[in-house]
Amino acid sequence: MKLFPIMGGIHPEYRKELTSEKAIVALPLPEALYLPLQQHMGAPAGTTVEPGDLVKKGQLLARASGAISAAVHAPTSGRIEAITEITAPHPSGLPTLTIILVPDGKDEWAELPDAIADPFAVTPQVIRDRVAQSGIVGMGGATFPSAVKLGLGTSHKLEILLLNGAECEPYLTCDDRIMREHADAVVDGARIMAHALGAPKVIIAVETNKPQAIEALGKAAAAFDNVSVAPVPVQYPMGAERHLTQAITGRETPARKLTADVGVVVHNVATARAVHDAVRQGRPLLSRVVTVSGGAVAEPKNVEVLLGTKVTELLKFCGGAQGAKRFVSGGPMMGQPLPSLDVPVVKGTSGILGLTLAETKEAEPSPCIRCGSCVTYCPCGLVPVEMASFIRHEKLEEAAKIGVQDCVSCGSCSYICPSHIPLVHYFNYAKGRIAALDRERRKMEQTKALVEAHNARLERQAQAKREAAAKAKAAKEAAEAAAQAQSSTQGGASA
Amino acid sequence: MSIVVDRSGPFTHGSNNVSRTMFTVLAALTPATLFNLYLFGWPAIFLFVVTMAACLASEFIAIRVGGGDPNRALGDGSVLITGWLLALSLPPWAPWWVAVVASVFAVFLAKHAFGGLGQNVFNPAMVGRVVVLVSFPVQMTAFVPAKPLFSAGAPGFAESLHITFGRGVSLDGISAASQLGYIKTELSRGVPVTQSMAHLPDLSDMMLGFHPGSMGETALPLILLGGLFLMARKIITWHVPVAMLGTLFVLGTVFNTLDPARHASGWFHLISGASFLGAFFIATDYVTSPVSKQGQLAFGIGIGLLTWIIRTYAGYPEGVAFAVLLMNALTPILDQHFRPRVFGRTRKGEPLPLKGDK
Repeated sequence: MKLFPIMGGIHPEYRKELTSEKAIVALPLPEALYLPLQQHMGAPAGTTVEPGDLVKKGQLLARASGAISAAVHAPTSGRIEAITEITAPHPSGLPTLTIILVPDGKDEWAELPDAIADPFAVTPQVIRDRVAQSGIVGMGGATFPSAVKLGLGTSHKLEILLLNGAECEPYLTCDDRIMREHADAVVDGARIMAHALGAPKVIIAVETNKPQAIEALGKAAAAFDNVSVAPVPVQYPMGAERHLTQAITGRETPARKLTADVGVVVHNVATARAVHDAVRQGRPLLSRVVTVSGGAVAEPKNVEVLLGTKVTELLKFCGGAQGAKRFVSGGPMMGQPLPSLDVPVVKGTSGILGLTLAETKEAEPSPCIRCGSCVTYCPCGLVPVEMASFIRHEKLEEAAKIGVQDCVSCGSCSYICPSHIPLVHYFNYAKGRIAALDRERRKMEQTKALVEAHNARLERQAQAKREAAAKAKAAKEAAEAAAQAQSSTQGGASA
Repeated sequence: MSIVVDRSGPFTHGSNNVSRTMFTVLAALTPATLFNLYLFGWPAIFLFVVTMAACLASEFIAIRVGGGDPNRALGDGSVLITGWLLALSLPPWAPWWVAVVASVFAVFLAKHAFGGLGQNVFNPAMVGRVVVLVSFPVQMTAFVPAKPLFSAGAPGFAESLHITFGRGVSLDGISAASQLGYIKTELSRGVPVTQSMAHLPDLSDMMLGFHPGSMGETALPLILLGGLFLMARKIITWHVPVAMLGTLFVLGTVFNTLDPARHASGWFHLISGASFLGAFFIATDYVTSPVSKQGQLAFGIGIGLLTWIIRTYAGYPEGVAFAVLLMNALTPILDQHFRPRVFGRTRKGEPLPLKGDK
């Protein structure tokens, strides 16, 4: 397959060998599961259970609320202990509303929706409904509700479902293992998703550092004419949606548009597997594969983890992580720092990394020497050095003008910076501030519009009153004039 | 267990850092420098040491006064590069005070007055050189032919001390002009370039460095080797050197073809003066050159053009230092003008049009 070059990018130390040969193992049932109502982009789910309820495995605990939201199910059978706030698995460490489920150990299934015997015979809507009902979100880490993304076929003419198995983040091998061990499920899930999207073609993109996955998928896809596997070069951030689309199709997604606008929708391989489970077995999303790795982790592993399992339990299962300098959820490039280990694994947790200082190579920032590496390596064609200097002086509009909002936070610039300047930190700050200022401005404009409308209405009323008064006066005057004229004619006549 | 969340990712980093970059540059300069010190003997060695010491001392004082941490700033090696390049740009037998004045201006005025490492607009070493060049033209143009260490006619240790630190020796009789200076003087006397070239060493000797000039103006193969080493280590890219040398060569060749009596050849421009040192080590200075590749190309072309113009039409025989400083002044504008195209946007910054859109 002909590939297209993508600009910039880096070749970090991948360290995938720590876990790439570790087959997926299941974590023993933990003592309690902590299921946040917000494990996805969009609105938090609304609870459908009360503390004290007994629930079965796969039972709905919270339903999607609003257009962009996702349901939460019971990963095992047990009792709802409480619905309360705990620390979120998010760098803010803010509290988040969470269902606490204490397993009864029986792991009894609830009655699941029926398997869809022939998913290609039903309408795309049926597939989307099933995916929504199953609480599936983008498993690559973005956690956007999958059913919504599968609806893009209704608004766009799509040609390709691009299945993202690039896994360009260092350390992570969870997608690699899923592709190797569940290739058939991945391919089947992808075909179902393509059907839901109305996309005639499926291309599964995998970086060439995963030859076994490429081989396994090739075998699984051999039976289907419209499914192909595309090995892509090892180049971070190959797995970024827009860049992968460009590498495979040569199409460059315009700024502020979706890849769907150029006929491509990108989904993660683990999402395809989840869709397969939901459609073929009626199984909602209850668990995910997490790569537990990093130099500080005693026994790095790929673990199939029930959603809601505490990170502490997961690390204990992997022999602990003594001497870690940083704990990261996700990969080291774009992952989030964990505020605490006392947080649950959620739908978007692709990895838990315990990194040593030798791996993070953290150092105090020194002055920028304008080497221009950040410009050379930025895969988005931005000038990080200039954006950072604007942001440092709080010139956010200037930074926005040269494209800070087009930054995908891939971290290539920070990685390569010889002065160890945390460039992405600046950009994330700026993006947040600009969004907040935008919201404020919109609110102001709205208020202003309301006030103007109010004033205009008052003005109209006053005007109407004045006109009525004027009319009344005119009528009165006319009447008086008429009366006078009459009296004068009468007088004249009498004269 | 308390975990500090103080910044966003990435939580891994490349192995590159500022001091490694700086010391790689020094390593790349070392072969050419050692050869030149050998060629020009003890006075050159003394001058080199004086320049480095003066720059280090200035840096230390500047940072002390500014309230910074002197250990850290000296550790990044940037001032060593300034001193090193400055030493290479002086005539090898120049007196010590020329080096000290140049160092003080380079470090205090060009670097720290602008805010220190990374903030300066002009290349510090070139500011230092130009200050002494315009202030002490006699000392700065008194070149001597190469007299390798321990060779016959080379000054001994004591005599050399006298050359560098004494009241200066009269260089009459032994001093010689650089090639660029020579043909310029001859031209002004009405001798065409074609004739004056005949009195110069042939081009291969010039390349090896056996000719009068500043230290860094000789030993081209070793400077080229250092430049290639920097490219291999990805410290610099081809853009600035190729653009600068290419422009110089093309202009030289074209005008030499049109009017050989008035203009020296392209090859002559390449291998004389500080063309190579300038292209690989001075114009490529990170701080004072543009950050984008397109900007760097424009920057290199500008230096080549200005160097050729100054050498050909201006009063000074050599123009690399002036050309670099002039283009340094343009760097902020080049940076603004030459930005890469943003992903998904046109060159003007508008989102790319979709197929079907007008």
